[in-house]
Amino acid sequence: MDAQSSAANTGVVRSLELRELSLSVPISGEHVEAVSKVSLMLKPGRVLGLVGESGCGKSLTAQAMLRLGEHQGVLREGGDILLDGESLFSMDQESLRHMRGGYVSMIFQEPMTALNPVFSIGSQIMEVIRIHLDMNRDETTARAVKLLHDVGMQDAEAVLKQYPDALSGGMRQRVLIAMAMAADPAYIIADEPTTALDVSVQKRIIQLLRDLQRERNLGMLLVTHDFGLVAELADDVAVMYAGQIVESGSVEQIFNNPTHPYSRALMGCRPEVSEPGGSLPVIAGQVPPPGSWPSGCHFAKRCPLADSVCLEPVPVDAWSGEGGHQARCIHVEEKLPELEPAL
Amino acid sequence: MSVLRADRLSKSFRRGGLWGAGISHKAVDSVTFALKEGETLAIVGESGSGKSTTARMVMRLLEADEGSVHLLGEEITSATGKELRMLRKDIQMVFQDPFASLNPRMKIVETVGEGLRVHHPEMNRQQRRKKVAETLAHCGIGEEALDRYPHQFSGGQRQRVGIARALIVEPKVLVLDEPVSALDVSVQAQILNLLKRIQQERNLSYLFISHDLSVVRHVADRVAVMFAGSVVEQGAVEAVFETPRHPYTKMLLAARPIAHPNQRQGDNGNGDLDRESVADSGCAFRLRCPFVQDDCTGFEVSIQSDESEHTFACLHPLDKS
Repeated sequence: MDAQSSAANTGVVRSLELRELSLSVPISGEHVEAVSKVSLMLKPGRVLGLVGESGCGKSLTAQAMLRLGEHQGVLREGGDILLDGESLFSMDQESLRHMRGGYVSMIFQEPMTALNPVFSIGSQIMEVIRIHLDMNRDETTARAVKLLHDVGMQDAEAVLKQYPDALSGGMRQRVLIAMAMAADPAYIIADEPTTALDVSVQKRIIQLLRDLQRERNLGMLLVTHDFGLVAELADDVAVMYAGQIVESGSVEQIFNNPTHPYSRALMGCRPEVSEPGGSLPVIAGQVPPPGSWPSGCHFAKRCPLADSVCLEPVPVDAWSGEGGHQARCIHVEEKLPELEPAL
Repeated sequence: MSVLRADRLSKSFRRGGLWGAGISHKAVDSVTFALKEGETLAIVGESGSGKSTTARMVMRLLEADEGSVHLLGEEITSATGKELRMLRKDIQMVFQDPFASLNPRMKIVETVGEGLRVHHPEMNRQQRRKKVAETLAHCGIGEEALDRYPHQFSGGQRQRVGIARALIVEPKVLVLDEPVSALDVSVQAQILNLLKRIQQERNLSYLFISHDLSVVRHVADRVAVMFAGSVVEQGAVEAVFETPRHPYTKMLLAARPIAHPNQRQGDNGNGDLDRESVADSGCAFRLRCPFVQDDCTGFEVSIQSDESEHTFACLHPLDKS
């Protein structure tokens, strides 16, 4: 890979694909499967929402797209990650360093901790520019100013001299987004980019992400537990449960016709779609942790439609609807019984 | 009759500077509300709005600079020692992070039973254990949990334990500080249903602190919206959500997460959203308000009201349409 060029500079449209990726994590001394044969395809100009509850493996999957997490003991058990057909696992450290940020960047959830408090905003942005782009001092400064302008900061020159401490949560998230854009990547991995922010600030960051994504034809993986954020930003959706993708389709397909019982239940228990004051539909129990997955369908124990067949290994794409809408379930044609409002 | 009443509660903190030499900043400014028996009053606001500070003053976990709190008709702001302990039997708190609020070295039976030692010293160990088991069962936690430690439970189960601990002394009022914010949506639904059922069974009154408008819309009978330490609007939840009169409330409602991709819109044109500043004179919201006028600069908070107990602190309230 050409170390000095970024994705936009070369004009090459690259694909980023997870192919049947399985990952394991160390749990009390043993490696346990936490992500199971996950396939995802990111495309330029499209936002893929990866949605599910905590403990489903979404963040592990997202970090794997940059080969992060390995120093914390995450192991690849199978499958591959392909950037334009080239395996990330065959790249040397130098290529990986330029892939991260140059082709694929990450925006993290915690704007409060992702910036170093002892360096100015300017020095942190300029460091990223220096790693990826061959620019002299003046060009680097000019680029940093432009990046801050692009993320909606009026007084970019002044912000460069400030320290993270002086900025609000929303401003810090803007700085992190500017840093992610520093080398014009083709793909952005955004892990809960608005979760730590106030609602009014969330809306602004959503607008910013949408604008940047459209202007630059970015491909984006949006990792979130929040269906509201998916509804705002995603073109395509993959629903994850206990290490597996259980349903995928376009955002309209998923919202108009959620098909997997987990997707249906998860969307139904949101207070914003329920009658005020009434009981909310619930999913009994909780997500089984890695190492405690049932042998068949991972959702079977919580599923109102499950029968004995569900406890046997399920074919990967048990149901395929129109236009790429898929669900890992053999009971999709059945109605969900009225979920009894439990405790 | 109101079970809990707060009158002009205020609290200032010093901010910045070494050893408290910084400027004094009013975190809560003259907050007034009344909670009726069996109802849920939500206090909603963004971070820094003063909603949690208000809750802590109501609980007497923090002393108010000014103002008073009445619980079941009794002034609790000046209660001390034994008197205060007795009052606390009637008002209990459930925290956002159930793990941080449970002692990791105490078994569940001890944690949940703690209140009984204070309020029912006549009970022996066996009786306490029985009562803890009953209360936990009521909150959906089985008897096998009694001798376990908090880390052995999931977030949702810990919140159930936190609720059981608050309920065990049979309070009249629960102060719930972001009780479902740390939970996944499926678990959130379980806990909201549990709170609803307990409220109906025990005729409890809830002071429900939250930043999540969808949750508030679902659980609350009435809502108080806080901005920069003040209640800017208060009323029945339908009235406030359907016809907000204060521009801040309207902005907050417009920023709610959408439920379906067909509700996507571009810039909602709802004021200068890109500012986070608070004015230190006049109306605190005027720097961000799309309807600001000259007289807002000199505006000292005074509450206006329409005919339906729907109050708002704005000189130029929005139309009811």
